[in-house]
Amino acid sequence: MSNDVTSTNNKKIVKKLLLGVVGMFAFGWALIPLYDVICDITGLNGKTGGRVEVAEAGLLIDEDRQVTVQFMAHHNAEMGWVFEPSVAQVTVRPGEVSVVSYRVTNPRTTLMVGQAIPSVAPNAAAAHLNKIECFCFEEQLLQPGESADMPIRFFVDPNLPASISKLTLSYTLYDITEKSGKAQAVAVR
Amino acid sequence: MSAHDHHHGPAKGLSRWLYTTNHKDIGSMYLWFSFAMFLLGGTFALVIRAELFQPGLQFVEPNFFNQMTTMHGLVMVFGAVMPAFVGLANWMIPLMIGAPDMALPRMNNWSFWILPFAFAMLVSTLFMEGGGPNFGWTFYAPLSTTYAPASVTFFIFAVHIMGASSIMGSINVIATILNMRAPGMTLMKMPLFVWTWLITAYLLIAVMPVLAGVVTMMLFDIHFGTSFFSAAGGGDPVLFQHLFWFFGHPEVYIMILPAFGIVSAIIPTFARKRLFGYDSMVYATASIAFLSFIVWAHHMFTVGMPLAGQLFFMYATMLIAVPTGVKVFNWVATMFRGAMTFETPMLFAIAFVVLFTLGGFTGVMLAITPADFQYHDTYFVVAHFHYVLVPGAVFSLMAAAYYWLPKWTGYMYDETLGKLHFWLSFIGVNLLFFPQHFLGLAGMPRRIPDYALQFANFNWISSVGGFLFGFSQLILLFVVIKCIKGGKKATAQVWEGAQGLEWTVPSPAPYHTFETPPDPSLIKAQ
Amino acid sequence: MLSKAKLWLSLALGTLIFWSAGLHAAWDLNMPRGVTQMSRDTYDLHMTIFWWCVAIGVVVFGAMLWSIINHRKSKGVQPATFHESTKVEIVWTLIPFLILIAMAIPATRVLTAAYDTTESELDIQIIGYQWRWEYRYMRESMDEEEVSFFSVLSTSREEINNDVEKGENYLLEVDRPLVIPTNTKVRFLMTSADVIHAWWVPDFAIKKDTIPGFINETWVIVEEPGIYRGQCAELCGMDHGFMPIEVHALERADYDAWYAQQQENVRQIQQLAGSAITMQDAMAQGEQIYNRNCVACHQAGGVGMPPVFPAIAGSAKATGDVAVTMETLVHGVPGTAMAAYGRQLNPIELASIITYVRNAYGNSTGDLVQPADVNAYIQEGQ
Repeated sequence: MSNDVTSTNNKKIVKKLLLGVVGMFAFGWALIPLYDVICDITGLNGKTGGRVEVAEAGLLIDEDRQVTVQFMAHHNAEMGWVFEPSVAQVTVRPGEVSVVSYRVTNPRTTLMVGQAIPSVAPNAAAAHLNKIECFCFEEQLLQPGESADMPIRFFVDPNLPASISKLTLSYTLYDITEKSGKAQAVAVR
Repeated sequence: MSAHDHHHGPAKGLSRWLYTTNHKDIGSMYLWFSFAMFLLGGTFALVIRAELFQPGLQFVEPNFFNQMTTMHGLVMVFGAVMPAFVGLANWMIPLMIGAPDMALPRMNNWSFWILPFAFAMLVSTLFMEGGGPNFGWTFYAPLSTTYAPASVTFFIFAVHIMGASSIMGSINVIATILNMRAPGMTLMKMPLFVWTWLITAYLLIAVMPVLAGVVTMMLFDIHFGTSFFSAAGGGDPVLFQHLFWFFGHPEVYIMILPAFGIVSAIIPTFARKRLFGYDSMVYATASIAFLSFIVWAHHMFTVGMPLAGQLFFMYATMLIAVPTGVKVFNWVATMFRGAMTFETPMLFAIAFVVLFTLGGFTGVMLAITPADFQYHDTYFVVAHFHYVLVPGAVFSLMAAAYYWLPKWTGYMYDETLGKLHFWLSFIGVNLLFFPQHFLGLAGMPRRIPDYALQFANFNWISSVGGFLFGFSQLILLFVVIKCIKGGKKATAQVWEGAQGLEWTVPSPAPYHTFETPPDPSLIKAQ
Repeated sequence: MLSKAKLWLSLALGTLIFWSAGLHAAWDLNMPRGVTQMSRDTYDLHMTIFWWCVAIGVVVFGAMLWSIINHRKSKGVQPATFHESTKVEIVWTLIPFLILIAMAIPATRVLTAAYDTTESELDIQIIGYQWRWEYRYMRESMDEEEVSFFSVLSTSREEINNDVEKGENYLLEVDRPLVIPTNTKVRFLMTSADVIHAWWVPDFAIKKDTIPGFINETWVIVEEPGIYRGQCAELCGMDHGFMPIEVHALERADYDAWYAQQQENVRQIQQLAGSAITMQDAMAQGEQIYNRNCVACHQAGGVGMPPVFPAIAGSAKATGDVAVTMETLVHGVPGTAMAAYGRQLNPIELASIITYVRNAYGNSTGDLVQPADVNAYIQEGQ
């Protein structure tokens, strides 16, 4: 019996397999950024990014086409803020820059911090709704009873697929008071 | 370790089991452990079936009902089916390839002994304040993170330990198969059970770390303020499902590939004819394993993926039917023009082929995405995966137990009781799961503790079947104990048509086998 | 011995008959054909693939059964020795492949149609909550009254607990159904306020997950007026089995009248919310609301199920500062099953239920909360 040979071989194979295990563990984590990249390209989950840097002038406006953009506002169940777009929908031409604002009020008796997450339907249109100015992923701190207007400045990409004539932009507001650095900073003061 | 250490028998008392590095001892412990978990998970299932016996809430609160469905799934998948296959691998792979033991005996001991702790931790959550995991065995975020009971942390650690155990077990299996084969045992002469386990072990190594990653991310989301799966911080709950099913779909095949190996051993034995298409069986297993990595999102057709994604996953999923079909055709061709007898292992194996194929049919139906919109998350899915897992994986395990019991104990089991066990299980399992197809098609969602009146009849039948199937398993326990205690002496060959190295050693298999490699002339093509 | 066996047999049969008496008339075996083009296409796909499976099953199981009957050792047969045939194996790899291609083509066509959400005439938001649905009809302008409401299970606790006989639509009925027009393309925009739910109506062949923070969309054109029922299909916590969906499809004219009436109701409630309610009315309406929305957790008599669901009788939140009661009802209690009712109930209803919990089950604060108070609280926090 070549016990020694077997045990060296075993060690080699264990090393390789352990490397495989570590590699797959890392791969699991790598899937997170990978998923975001795929989502960005395909609009997989309808998530839209933050603002884009685009020169406002010089955009080619498609005069022959009209696209309706609808606005929705939600918040998670127990937040209690009053959150509404200023208009229900606007009709725009692709390439044309529009401004719409959302009004938010904190009617609670404590200071709270909210954060709005955007989502676009249909998903395929997510990459074609470009926001020059927006409050996406930004922390909004409101004192009790305080209100704020949160504007978004956006244009619809002229490359929007021809079949799409209506876009829906939805914001979901989340209460992130506990996690927020802003709330803690105020509390210290 | 030198050869002369081996010539004593097992140690006496409890320390034999605690410190053992013997593949047969560890195999037996895995098998007993998995049977205990099978009964525990079955008890949870009977709580579910009792509650669903009639419409209305009778026995348990909805929250406890959800804990039962969750624990039933977790215990059956991670506690019953997987350890049972590992137990068989421990017992049989060294015997089948002519190796003296597993390649890494001390790690083998360790990978078994952490399991009872994992399950003790998991089951203890049922007694914690706020109750145990109640979010389903698929634990979708954010129900399992932001909205989970406090005990979720224990659940996460339990999953970590189970994962570590599986990974160590698979490293051991791969090292054993690649390094410890007797001279003359080429890869293409290995019994299919060894082949399927080799592929399964690779699957485990590929996906268990991903599962560990997912639960770690959950842990971070719950305790350290990250937002991997929470939209509030810019994460995405659907990402959880992608990661989970990247693990989960190969996991499904982890629970069925070794079953293919078992059935491929039993059918030729009792048909007294060589397995038809050995090579294509190996290639089919490998293709199924490969495809398992690119079909995961068929569990998520309703989450709102883009059309291109839906189509890709639909086509890829339909493809799986091809290699799976090849396997079924090969088994039937093996039986064709054989000289069959129908001892208990063969009965279970034949039932496996028929009922697993039924589960396969519903699997193809589920692949058709628009139809899946109707089937998804209904009892139709429940019926589908129970058909492939209970009369599929579990029947193969029972077939294996009856097939190899004489080799393990040295005595023949009681054939009459074995057949009784088979027929009661066969009738019970079909009464239990067949009506669930109708329930799902008629519109009953899964994981509900109470249902509309039009679902009452088939739930009634299903529950009757459930109790019949459940209590029939006590016969198996009785048969096994009886067989250990004594009976008709088994020969080394045991079954007239059996082929392979495990039948060249005496029954019961001595504590140490193949310390010198078997004669290469004994190694025949399968 | 024989008589004993007979006794057992008759006992078993008797039990079976006794049990069968409890059986119901419904023996539905198959998927409904439904009332939309989509649902009929889906049904046809389902049946085509089903018959393919039956055909393959007949061949495979037939061959197996034939072997089992004829090729058994007890018949003295000698086993054959063949064990492979490349030709046969190629054939049975190719045939399933071709069948699958034949299935994939219509499936692709139907799926592509399902994804075409363009050109909708009416858009409705569906928002999942633990454990109820909210429907919001999309407006063209913010000046229009917003028609939006919650849809909650209306089956009584007594029925669920087997205290009274169960009604025909047990667990499939709601207080306020979704109303949509027939022969109109209705687009649904779905999201969730907490965990993932799934909105499913079998007759429409629609099942879509509602995912917190994200929008999913789907559409329907219902051809037949009628009442269609469904359920939440994704495990969403304790009362997952108790959040059904009820859709009333009305002819276009009827729908328009209904919608106008809903807008009128919104205007009326806005007016009424300014006027005062009486203690008697508040208590009467409060009791109704309690029995519909609260009794599942807080139980009859307000005794609760501590420690998970606290009692209302004698509770500090119900008997202390009125602002605390108001906050609990309007905003819920984060991290617990206590939902926020600020959007679900109108100010008059909120005033009633707040008054009720402060004055029922032995609580006797004696104070009457007015809709105007609630309104002020929701809008400005005072």
